[in-house]
Amino acid sequence: MKAARAGNALLKAFAVIVVLHFLMALGVLAANPPDAKAPAILLIQNATILTVSHGTIEHGSILIRDGKIAEVGQSIAKPQGAEVIDANGQFVMPGIIDCHSHIAVDGSVNEGSVSVSSMVNIADVLNPDDIDIYRDLAGGVTVANVLHGSANSIGGQTVVIKLRWGAPASRLPFEGALPGIKFALGENPKRSNFSIRGQEKRYPATRMGVEETIRAAFTEARDYKSKWDDYNKRTSAGEKNLIPPRRDLRLDPLVEVLEGKRYVHAHCYREDEILMLLRVAKEFGFKVRTFQHVLEGYKVADEIAAAGAGASTFSDWWAYKVEAYDAIPYNAAIMTRRGVLVSINSDDAEEATHLNQEAAKSIRYGGLSREEALKMITINPAMQLGIDKRVGSIDVGKDADLVIYNHDPLSAYAVVQKTLIDGRVYFDRTRDIAERADREKEKKALTEKEKKSAEKKSEEKKPEEKRQNEKKPDDKPKPPQSGRGSTADESDGVGSAADSDRGAL
Amino acid sequence: MNCLRATTIFRNSLILATAFLFPALLAAQQPTPKADAPKAYALVHAKIFTLAGAPIENGTLIIRDGKIAAVGGQVEVPQDAQVINAEGLQIYPGMFDPVTQMGLREIGAVSSTVDSTETGNYNPDVVALTAVSPSSEHIPVTRVAGITEVLAVPASGGMDSFGPNGVIGGQASAIYLAGWTVDDMQLKRSVAMVVNWPEIQTKTFDFATFQRKEKPYMEAKQEYDKQVTELTDWIERARHYAQAMGHAGPADYERDLKLEALVPVVRGQLPLLIFADRSREIRNAIEFCDKQNLKMILAGGSEAYKLKDLLRSRSIPVVLRPMLTSPLYEDDPYDRLLSQPAELSAAGVKFAFGSFDNSFARRLGQNAANAVAYGLPYDEALKAVTLYPAQIFGLSDQVGTLESGKIANVIVTNGDPLEITSDVRYLFIRGQVTSLDNRQKRLFEKYSARPKP
Repeated sequence: MKAARAGNALLKAFAVIVVLHFLMALGVLAANPPDAKAPAILLIQNATILTVSHGTIEHGSILIRDGKIAEVGQSIAKPQGAEVIDANGQFVMPGIIDCHSHIAVDGSVNEGSVSVSSMVNIADVLNPDDIDIYRDLAGGVTVANVLHGSANSIGGQTVVIKLRWGAPASRLPFEGALPGIKFALGENPKRSNFSIRGQEKRYPATRMGVEETIRAAFTEARDYKSKWDDYNKRTSAGEKNLIPPRRDLRLDPLVEVLEGKRYVHAHCYREDEILMLLRVAKEFGFKVRTFQHVLEGYKVADEIAAAGAGASTFSDWWAYKVEAYDAIPYNAAIMTRRGVLVSINSDDAEEATHLNQEAAKSIRYGGLSREEALKMITINPAMQLGIDKRVGSIDVGKDADLVIYNHDPLSAYAVVQKTLIDGRVYFDRTRDIAERADREKEKKALTEKEKKSAEKKSEEKKPEEKRQNEKKPDDKPKPPQSGRGSTADESDGVGSAADSDRGAL
Repeated sequence: MNCLRATTIFRNSLILATAFLFPALLAAQQPTPKADAPKAYALVHAKIFTLAGAPIENGTLIIRDGKIAAVGGQVEVPQDAQVINAEGLQIYPGMFDPVTQMGLREIGAVSSTVDSTETGNYNPDVVALTAVSPSSEHIPVTRVAGITEVLAVPASGGMDSFGPNGVIGGQASAIYLAGWTVDDMQLKRSVAMVVNWPEIQTKTFDFATFQRKEKPYMEAKQEYDKQVTELTDWIERARHYAQAMGHAGPADYERDLKLEALVPVVRGQLPLLIFADRSREIRNAIEFCDKQNLKMILAGGSEAYKLKDLLRSRSIPVVLRPMLTSPLYEDDPYDRLLSQPAELSAAGVKFAFGSFDNSFARRLGQNAANAVAYGLPYDEALKAVTLYPAQIFGLSDQVGTLESGKIANVIVTNGDPLEITSDVRYLFIRGQVTSLDNRQKRLFEKYSARPKP
């Protein structure tokens, strides 16, 4: 009897949690909903401004009009009607740009069933209610390159977003940013770490096969393109009644790559596979925009620089798999010294919340300057994503995407106070803290209400229904990372792991 | 890391990969001490943070025969000491990471390099030290971050570790991060018995699709109850065994190595290091230890703040999981884990920071500094990576502060050792200057010198 009662109580508790999650998904309990709109004129005063493009301004001001930076300087007179943020003793820097993210994605990021999944697009599955958007904002991130996973040699299409928390999915994409496509080399696309006993291996299973998969896809894409080129040429020459080539959704994005209209972001680790992709790219006449992770990039930095490719890497991850065993925290520094455009990325919602600290590690490991470290999370990723005219530094005319810290951001002691996108405050620490009590109260009230209604329902139920109810599936969602490995939400191996990388493997 | 996936399957597929690994493992680190090392060192003109009193300006630290011989502002430099001028530098006790799998796991994805978790649910008789590889490349990499001693903790997971950990995981060992052999590295062979407190696990409930993937709750609850009953049974049997040992000669009872390993636990000589994160599990673990009269140290403790008064009143110390992880729940405040140390400290709960990992062990200081950023007093943060872990595991008579008679595990830095950009200039383990070289530095130097193609 006692056990049954306890079971019932747990069931109720579970029901409450389900409802709470549902309400949160609706935004009822959403953390810190942003201001209705940005002030037309905003003045940030008395700040140490890390412009990234033209040094540091002590006790400086930034004037923002209609979401754009209108003036930056030592002293700016307050225009009439301007709202003021007094940042006395605080540091302002450009919003952090995370060149490798998987936040705001609904469900799995891997269409891992095929070796070439260029037909799928992350932009189609953006989830604006993902709490990680807000958490990353609270870590100073304003722009994220949201990538498909690394299960395939050629993966899905990718999208650059602004972290406009509270806006619908349609307003997340960075206006005008070129789309990308994820490639992946090495252990992940060859599924080294995902074999399921008894299940046939998917091609490719070697680095040789990865190269051939990419070459085969681009051979097809090139033929497909020439058919279209031929068709277009003849049509524009006035030929009538031609049958157009059959449209291929898998090859269309690859044609865009060949035409330079879509960026290639290639997940990789080992030096040999980096050179492999550069050779294949040369053969087909496309560019690799960024090598992602690129943990052995330091071994072939000259080649990467010569090809004009960027490199987006981790600060200090290593040894989680064989191809990460030669990873060194000096990677970013060596590549920078050899002329590669380098950014530090997160590949992880939590890691993204302290990219400022991760960038600072290259000062210790490899001796980069403060300016170089800052660039790796601002203007460098902006250049890699082709959005540097809009974001990445504090300059007149650029979007007012800014982070305000209470302390030097290249330090473990800095805490984000405010994050602005397009001149609007999307995260405000003071406000977040002030609203916690209310949110807690709201949650309690909802819990109580739900408990009562659950009790009422269970009283109304017939005995056999009750028994059925007891057998219903139920559990709270497991904590996302108790770090004990036993709570993974996707353990089916193929096609489920997020990106490769650490943990995801 | 939100991409953790529980797959034991992939381990099977990676035997081939070890072919790459062996040369790497064979390239030995520079072990210490050297045969011709000096007997004594004098570190002079440094600012010394003993953590046993106020910092000493322009201080001197004398190291002799592996121990701290003297420390202070007016200390005479012995004739035979090698003098190191540490002007402009700062001296601290080496940092102590109380939860790692150091030496037990080299590459997470390669099962043949992993010895961190034994199979089966109840392994009280396995001891971490047995499997610690003194040649692990993680050891010199971790040293560079100013860490001089760690606990190697079996069945403690890790960022790149997968699969279940069992309930009684084995005995944690305290090791120095230097030594020619495991014997050299031994600080204390057995410091705690690892218990992974069972969780009610239905595996997954996918809120995106509202589909259940695994077993129903009642089944999971039954399994939980079964495991707790089994654990209770193990402890009670160990108590009977201890009684038998006390009253009979060795010939009068059948030896059982597993029960024998639990005897120090039931006698109160060996604490349980219980891994639990959610308040429900933490509370159940505390009740269990109360009832069984066992000494408990909590590890993980993501929701320890919910039970801070209970933890304080029972004097249960906590080894906190890295705050460089996301909060447990979607509706937790974004800084829930970051602000917890300040909250626990204010409530009088004793805690240490742990990396719970190998390759991330070097983030220990960063972790402590982050807690300061969110309200923890700086001195407490420093102690939570030095003195407090030593106290929690009963080793503070040997390490954790700079006091005469203690083992000379010492770091000399160019700044705040918790800050990301600070550098360790000298590192002493058991009184010997210990190499700050490692595989990563060597690769850095090698490829920095690569000629232009």
